[in-house]
Amino acid sequence: MTDESKIQPILEIKNLTVDLPNDSDRIHAIEEISIYVDPCEILCLVGESGSGKSVTAFSVMGLLPKDQLTPSSGTIDLMGENLLEVSAKRLRELRGARMSMIFQEPMTALNPTMTCGDQINEVLVTHTSMNYAMRRAKVINILGQMQLTDLSSIADSYPHQLSGGQRQRIMIAMALVLDPVLLIADEPTTALDVTTQEQILRLIKEIQHNHETAVLFITHDFGVVAEIADRVVVMQAGRVIEQGPAKLVLKQPNSPYTKMLISSVPNFVSHCRPLTKNAPIVLATKNLCKTYVRRGLFQKTREIRAAHSVNLEIRRGATLGIVGESGSGKSTVARCIARLIDPTSGHIYLESYDIAQVSQNSLRALRSRVQIIFQDPYRSLNPRRTVGASIIEGLVNYGMSKKEAYNRACLLMPLVRIDPDVLNRFPHQFSGGQRQRICIARALAMEPDLIIADEAVSALDVSVQSQVLELLDDVRRRLNLAVLFITHDLRVAAQVCDTVAVMHRGEVVEYGEATRVFDNPQHEYTRALFAAAPGRGFDFANVSIST
Amino acid sequence: MTEGIEKIVPPAGSAYVVMRIAKICQQLTRNYSVMFGAIVLGFVIFIAIFAPYLDTMDPGAIDLAWRNNKPGVKHFTILPDGTVQEWTYRMGTDTLGRDTYSRVIYGAQVSLAVGFLVAMLSLAIGLVIGLVAGYIRWLDAIVLRLMDGLMAIPGILLAITMVSLVNASLLTLILAIAIPEIPRVVRLVRSIVLSIRDEPYVEAAVSVGTRLPMILLRHLLPNIVAPLIVMGTYICGSAILVEAVLSFLGVGISPETPTWGNIMAEGRLLFRIYPHNILFPGIFLAATLLAINMLGDGLRDTLDPRMRKRL
Repeated sequence: MTDESKIQPILEIKNLTVDLPNDSDRIHAIEEISIYVDPCEILCLVGESGSGKSVTAFSVMGLLPKDQLTPSSGTIDLMGENLLEVSAKRLRELRGARMSMIFQEPMTALNPTMTCGDQINEVLVTHTSMNYAMRRAKVINILGQMQLTDLSSIADSYPHQLSGGQRQRIMIAMALVLDPVLLIADEPTTALDVTTQEQILRLIKEIQHNHETAVLFITHDFGVVAEIADRVVVMQAGRVIEQGPAKLVLKQPNSPYTKMLISSVPNFVSHCRPLTKNAPIVLATKNLCKTYVRRGLFQKTREIRAAHSVNLEIRRGATLGIVGESGSGKSTVARCIARLIDPTSGHIYLESYDIAQVSQNSLRALRSRVQIIFQDPYRSLNPRRTVGASIIEGLVNYGMSKKEAYNRACLLMPLVRIDPDVLNRFPHQFSGGQRQRICIARALAMEPDLIIADEAVSALDVSVQSQVLELLDDVRRRLNLAVLFITHDLRVAAQVCDTVAVMHRGEVVEYGEATRVFDNPQHEYTRALFAAAPGRGFDFANVSIST
Repeated sequence: MTEGIEKIVPPAGSAYVVMRIAKICQQLTRNYSVMFGAIVLGFVIFIAIFAPYLDTMDPGAIDLAWRNNKPGVKHFTILPDGTVQEWTYRMGTDTLGRDTYSRVIYGAQVSLAVGFLVAMLSLAIGLVIGLVAGYIRWLDAIVLRLMDGLMAIPGILLAITMVSLVNASLLTLILAIAIPEIPRVVRLVRSIVLSIRDEPYVEAAVSVGTRLPMILLRHLLPNIVAPLIVMGTYICGSAILVEAVLSFLGVGISPETPTWGNIMAEGRLLFRIYPHNILFPGIFLAATLLAINMLGDGLRDTLDPRMRKRL
């Protein structure tokens, strides 16, 4: 650290420890961490959930929840001022003027009852003595820097009238309007679609360059790190595991933990798997349509085409991926196939039987053959029932005795690598990854022909994600299942899918073998989507560990 | 990467349930408003059950020679065998010479019966309607408009109408008080069902072929029990009050039945001279209502902390 010592860092955190409340699973939220941010650099703080990266950011801003998290030792120096010792009044002055923060979800971080312009204006009213005309000009000016168009109408719109990307730009504008020296970005692109994420990342980088702002960028995504970071700090369980220049850390990580994290990121290269061309088709859809009709007594009838004319085929033992951004209709298709919602028109052939329009009663006999795994493992198990009861529920529904079903569940548990002894525990006693494996066990217990994984790994940390993916693949191979894999994450799709369907605004725009689609995308939307994937040029799986 | 089977340490399910119940009980005993409410309510229940053994006389016995006595007046009766029986009117007598103390004690029976039965009845009916309305979409609009209609009529007015249409027995009174309470229960149950019906675990149950009644019973009902208990205490309290109001207005149970409302109605005419006929039943009524409401508040805070701001 000899060469850096010449430049005075903007932010320097030394030996910071933040205590957790007494009944928590560990004593400190963060323990003895020391990091610094130099002028004009983007420092990425990376870690899995619970690693303490957000706590670090919040303690800099002085936004830790009082009485629950208290910094017990260490210093946070912002240009020579210790933020832990300044008065509440001074801290208020510093926030916005010297340092500012952007949050993960712009919809909840913006006030829904104020126009965007007014919200930026409020910052100026609080911190400056400009008159109205000057403030208005400043607001329009900063919005212009955010590469927004039609500035005055955007300034006069309410947050809900804008898109997610526009809202995040408003947040950044609000944070930067007073030219702070430090910008803290807490997972600012996690809630956004890939194409929007790419634009926002580019914007942050550009603005950082123009305004010479130091950026503390918090993320869990190594793709984003590869895209944006100058330097990287890796955190695990409240401690700094590794820090250094981005290129070095990504290519030759020092610690095994960093290496594990990086190599867990699926590669953006499609794998080659011999296609089972003549395996029987398990499920096929023909012209599947779902239209939501909103009918109000006093309103015009509105129609939303969530899925339009979708034709897909899944063969036994193969994985079909549906990729697309939010609102593209991929989940609608999955839920139609599982018949959790009724399709408007079209056919769904389960082997040769059309299940698209069958009645609820005849559907019940077929339910066991298509099983679905949901995104959020914390909500897909009933918190008031033991996991065993959840797993055997389906079997008992189809007339198996409880005892027999329980024995079956016990036989199944080693397959998902969970001890059968824990079947009488409740869901909250398990971690996210374990719960998702329990959900897989619940689906497998029904002996389905087709498993639908609806964003099944999206809520998990990368290391857990790779375990669950590997497990799903293992199960698919052993039981010769067909899998319909819904994801927004192109890396994951590249890793697991044999065939891929790309959806955009309710329609399948590209459909074919995964290798073909990934190597040679035909449709322009597919190309735009692939080009936007963060860190696409980086080969994550083959990092070496430096000794 | 974990290849093998993972071992998990926390306690098994059944032990966990026992632990959880023990913890809730411990929290309840620490909650002052629960303890106060339970003790006072327990006392009222005690006097209602043991009314005949608490040195009371027949609450309907009229003694015109001893009308309008103030509390503490002693009454002597010479029995046929010559012995003298002494009797103290602890709370005085009313305009017909009935012992107010005995009437107040017996009055607890009617009040509590009305409170509990109304709560049970409106919760049971409201729960069924609310579950069905919340889960079956097309029924929702119909049921809700019916409930809105019911809510538009003032509860007491509806009760008065019902009691005057059919003769005023305890059963019709209970029905008359319970029906206006139902829409509130339906709205509560429905709102909880709506917030839970789209949870992935309910959808997961659908996709493993669970039938509708089982989904309602297994996955939705357990989430409703705690708020429903809390709601029940409020309904119980308001039912006791409505019964007293109806009796006071003279449209409740027939005036010879001792209820707190009837006693107060009786004492209304001579209130300035003999306030005791309103004072004592009033104290019992107020204490009981306070106890029930405090019990409800305490239960709500312990059983369902999220509800704290909702009601």
